[in-house]
Amino acid sequence: MTKQEIEKKVELIKEISGCDPYKCMKCGKCSGSCPAFNEMDVKPHQFASYIVNGDIESLVSSKSLWKCLTCLACIERCPRSVQPGKLIDAARQLVERERGGDYLHAEDIPELLDDDVPQQLLVSAYRRYRR
Amino acid sequence: MKYSYYPGCTLKNKAQDLDVYARRAAVALGFELEEIPEWQCCGGVYPMGSDEIATKLSSVRALNYAKEQGQDLITLCSACHHVLKRVNDDMKNVADISDRANNYMGLDEPYKGETTVVHFLEVLRDRIGFDEIAKKVVNPLTGKKIGAYYGCLVLRPGKILEFDDPEDPKIMEDFIRALGAEPVIYPYRNECCGAYSSLKEGGVSQERTKLIFDSSEGFGADMLITACPLCMYNLNKSEADSKIPVYYFTELLAEALGVKEGNS
Repeated sequence: MTKQEIEKKVELIKEISGCDPYKCMKCGKCSGSCPAFNEMDVKPHQFASYIVNGDIESLVSSKSLWKCLTCLACIERCPRSVQPGKLIDAARQLVERERGGDYLHAEDIPELLDDDVPQQLLVSAYRRYRR
Repeated sequence: MKYSYYPGCTLKNKAQDLDVYARRAAVALGFELEEIPEWQCCGGVYPMGSDEIATKLSSVRALNYAKEQGQDLITLCSACHHVLKRVNDDMKNVADISDRANNYMGLDEPYKGETTVVHFLEVLRDRIGFDEIAKKVVNPLTGKKIGAYYGCLVLRPGKILEFDDPEDPKIMEDFIRALGAEPVIYPYRNECCGAYSSLKEGGVSQERTKLIFDSSEGFGADMLITACPLCMYNLNKSEADSKIPVYYFTELLAEALGVKEGNS
């Protein structure tokens, strides 16, 4: 990624999320609250510094994009309104808005189903795992 | 009182119990659920991006329909409630989203968030009153120790949903008391069940639901209640040793009101 590309992506993440990563004071409340903390390679309290430091490449290739459960605990509890869940959602959208960025493919779904899967599970997974 | 009712896709299929018992209980409590014709799926997860408009339109259509009827919009499913209330907030308070959605919709009169969105539980608490419900209970659930499992979507973000205190809610505990049972307060009642990860990555929801059952059963609950079909699914699929039965809150309400077996 060139410097210009990185700057553009940083701006896009700020615009899509509507959040200011510079306000993060790394208190760690988000990571302390996150139900997917163990699954994430980049942790919620680190999202803001990846953006501030322009390490977008690591952020958009991290597993964390797909591990967030949208439980909104970090969004509720962030004392600085940085709202890490919105930052990682914006990073996820950067990936999904490019061709081939989906994490779930329609043809994979039949084998993932059981008789009890609620429609809510499918529509939610579709919304979070693909464009 | 008549409400515009948004059931959502799951209540028409895998979560019919949540819907059917609510309809029976509403009749017994004297309010009416008038289903919105041709409602469209809310999408399950609120589209958080500031530039996501198209994915909010299904909610706007339902909200505008309720406005045209002059009715408040009632929901049961935690996800539908979450999405509709937040989109309504956007239409009311976020000019950019509201303008762009209205430009696309081309309604005779722009929709500006005029509809009031209420959860069934909010109607029970704020409009009927738990004291009134307690008076109408014919089969009190005496002796049952019930844990309220709130999950995430009805509570957070608290400032927009204004459903209850997101860190220390009590609406479901008060509901349980109204039915004559004893609420069990346990730490994991507002923690995530694993949500949609269970489609591809069941390990997370197994881990989460074990924590929820260990916590609720450990504090003495014999059963849990929920308003969310996805929580219900993840909890039911749990392999935890501490697993206890899980019911939709509407089923216990209908049972206590003596309308569980009905024709509707």
